[in-house]
Amino acid sequence: MSDPRAYRRSYWETQPEYLYPPYKSTVKRAPTKPLVMPPQTISEITGPLFGHDDVRPEEADLTGQHAGEPLGERMIVTGRVLDENGRPVRDALIEIWQANAAGRYRHAVDQHDAPLDPNFTGCGRVVTDENGRYEFKTIKPGAYPWRNHYNSWRPAHIHLSIFGHGFAQRLVTQFYFPGDPLLEYDPMYMSVPDERARKRLIAEFDWEHTVPEHALGYRFDIVLRGRDATPMERR
Amino acid sequence: MSLFLTPSQTTGPFVAISFERTVVDDVAPPSVAGDRVTIRGRVLDGDGKPVDDAVIETWQANSHGKYAHPEDTREKLLEPEFKGFGRVLSDRHGAFRFKTIKPGRVPGPGDTLQAPHLVVLVFMRGLLKHLVTRIYFPDEPSNSEDAILALVPPERRSTLVARKVEDGLFEWNVVLQGDQETVFFDY
Repeated sequence: MSDPRAYRRSYWETQPEYLYPPYKSTVKRAPTKPLVMPPQTISEITGPLFGHDDVRPEEADLTGQHAGEPLGERMIVTGRVLDENGRPVRDALIEIWQANAAGRYRHAVDQHDAPLDPNFTGCGRVVTDENGRYEFKTIKPGAYPWRNHYNSWRPAHIHLSIFGHGFAQRLVTQFYFPGDPLLEYDPMYMSVPDERARKRLIAEFDWEHTVPEHALGYRFDIVLRGRDATPMERR
Repeated sequence: MSLFLTPSQTTGPFVAISFERTVVDDVAPPSVAGDRVTIRGRVLDGDGKPVDDAVIETWQANSHGKYAHPEDTREKLLEPEFKGFGRVLSDRHGAFRFKTIKPGRVPGPGDTLQAPHLVVLVFMRGLLKHLVTRIYFPDEPSNSEDAILALVPPERRSTLVARKVEDGLFEWNVVLQGDQETVFFDY
């Protein structure tokens, strides 16, 4: 069997480093020894595959999981999952989690003095279609304080976990909202060295996907690693 | 076309609200062939303190050395009920545990065969991007032929090899920093 075509390495400074001291939790958790850089093998090129059978359609509606409607500004989030070569990634699984409109997670560790919403759990899942498109409905999460430094606040954000077609494409990220004044004070957002790369974490307001008298629209496209153009040389 | 990879961001401390619904701590249903193994371990930070918000994801071939993926085109037995994906969360002691089967050998670089291994991804608060590592098995003669293990400095290889506790029970820890720091890969 010939060697598989490898996934490309990302461009310099478009990804955070492991150690970023302004985000304090990195200090005791970032590896300190050099990473080993092996060639990719079939073990990394392959990975778990998901499909529309794995996810129920109602999992894409975070506002419809309880008897009543959650509080907050309703929004429709749409986007495409593409690879670095611009090809749509179909059947990508996207897992979604977020705080409620008051900035509180439904998690025992979250002790922020803001109310839980009995009508909001804050989790969803969706699988991309043949054009890499996805759509989910939720409410806009609130900003919340955390204990990274004095008076530290996380800007409003939604967590996304994405499975493409290979374990090498695995990505967990967060997206933010345009015009948020907290972004420039947020060490997680600021950990991405390149400003243009950082800004790609901000969803765009999307007039076309607003639903009149019901919900605002936001668009967030996701780019996973793409394959090298030519097969790897045999070693 | 050339697009830029979306930047990675941490899972943060609250990932469990989503992932606890999709834990896979028993990777191989009873009908799947292979030696049953339980792998347990702990995740420890640079102070040796347990990490209670880690996510461990594993990916492996079946016992015939076949991945449940269309790009594995070799003529090996595929078991439809074996997906090969595991996901567990660390508890307040930093501990995790899952059951699976020992995978078969799969191709490595060139014409080599890799020793049986699981690919492991580690996510947690404080990791702005996930870590990638592997679990190998002790008492496995093919470890000495494995092209990926051969790239690891010899004194650090043991961090990738699980320790046998008893028949069918193995221990493998994720040590984030220090003398015993686990080997992490950059693919």
